[in-house]
Formats: sequence, structure tokens, C-alpha cells
Amino acid sequence: MTGIPADWLWGLAGGLMIGCAAALFLLINGRIMGASGLVGGLVDGTGRSNAIERLAFIAGLIAAPALLALALRPETNATSSPAILIAGGLLVGLGTRMANGCTSGHGVCGISRLSLRGIGATLAYLAAGAATMLIARHMLGLI
Amino acid sequence: MRNLTALLAGAVFGAGLLVSGMTDTSKVQGWLDIFGAWDPTLAFVLGGAIIPMALAWRYAKTHCTAALGTPIPEMAPQKLDRNLLAGSALFGAGWALVGLCPGPALASLSYGGWQGALFLAAMLAGMALKPRLPLLRGQQA
Repeated sequence: MTGIPADWLWGLAGGLMIGCAAALFLLINGRIMGASGLVGGLVDGTGRSNAIERLAFIAGLIAAPALLALALRPETNATSSPAILIAGGLLVGLGTRMANGCTSGHGVCGISRLSLRGIGATLAYLAAGAATMLIARHMLGLI
Repeated sequence: MRNLTALLAGAVFGAGLLVSGMTDTSKVQGWLDIFGAWDPTLAFVLGGAIIPMALAWRYAKTHCTAALGTPIPEMAPQKLDRNLLAGSALFGAGWALVGLCPGPALASLSYGGWQGALFLAAMLAGMALKPRLPLLRGQQA
């Protein structure tokens, strides 16, 4: 495995796990594993009919990293600027609900079924993300 | 039963996020930083995740219902509308600012400190805001 950075291999392994989780949720529960949709439906009430299923998913999503974090001690390196955290959170919350999906729903679940909407959304958020990095990091030095 | 399998799917998703390193916001920002010190790790994560899911969709094609009896979701009408593209652009901007998207934002509650919690609170507020914006009402996302 010389030459391939360990981070890439960990990324691939973790990615395969994420894909398996999505496959399990689709083939057993019949649901699309989209994080923004699962939690967003609880926030605005559109997901009330299967709220327990959504809560169970979210409980697993929080509990498993909580246990693993005891051993792996992940670094988050998140900014400590409250203004940037709030602005980023608002944009992510509003944007994913407008677009009806995020990295997991449009990215993982959409691209894998060759959905035009999934591919279009992914190209749009990657382009906007790269443009934001260029402006906020390299021009303004904010992040 | 379906709540148990939902819990399991969430747990595998969360563990995968941690293993992949996507809990580290600097790696996510590095992936978007194509004009700076570009970090391609996220491509391996997305590529790795798409492989099992593509197989699942193939299998689902010949089976109309999931194991617990729920119909396999139909694909939404394939058109690129304003809300899809504008919403994704807003999402991408917020994703770059902090390096968290909704899955890791939820997962980070356990290890992300106050920064993760504040981001998550703002994200939930943004989600609650969407149906209240008159400009966006009536448009199917």
C-alpha cells in the first residue's frame, strides 16, 4: 500500500460503511438515507407519520460516534467564531430543505441511481462550496 | 422492527463518518479548497459510499418493496428547478464556511463540543425557517 495516503484508505473504508448504511435503510426500511430530510421532516412536521423511525435513525447516528469517539478521539477542528458557525448552520439548514437533500440524499443516494437531480444538486453545492472557499479563505481570510 | 433497523442504519452511518475522517471539518474544507491545499479524501468517501448503494438500487429494480413491506421510493420527476439549484448553492456555501453537512452535524453532538452544538442549533433554525419564507412557499423542492 505504499504511495496511497492512509487518510484516503480510511476515507474509502468509511465511505463503504456509509454506503452500506444507505443500502440497509433502502432495502430493509424502504427509505432514502438523507440526513437533512430525516431531521428536517421532524423540524417542520412533514415527517410526523414516521417520526419514531426518524428518531431511531438519528439516535444511532449520534450514539455510534459517541462510543467510537471514546477510543478514536476525533479532531473536529471547527471554527470558534460564533458568527461563522451560525451563518453556516443557517445556510446549510435552509439550503438543504430548499433543495430537498444534502450530501447523503443527493450525493450518495441520488448519484448512485444516476438521478439527474442528485447529480445537479451535487455539482451546485460543490461549485458553491469551492467558490465560498476561494472568497472566504483566500480573498477575505475569514476561515 | 423498523425502528431497530433504522437505529442500526444510523449507527453504521455515524461510524462510517467517524472512520472516514469526515468529522474533521478541516478535511472537508480541504476538499472544497481547490484553489489552495486541496485534499481529495472526500472523493474516496463519496466513491466508497456510492458503490454499495449502486448495488442496492440494482437489486431494488427487480424488487418493488423493501424487506419490511414499504415500497421502494420512486425517483422524483427529473427536472432541475430553481429551488434545487439555489438551495444546493446556499448549502454549499454554508458547508464550506464550517465544514459540516447535516449528517456530521448531528453526529458531532457527541464529540463536537459547543461549536458542533451551535452549528446544529442554527441548522435546525434554518430548516424551520424554510416553510416560513413566503418567497419559497408553493414551490415543490
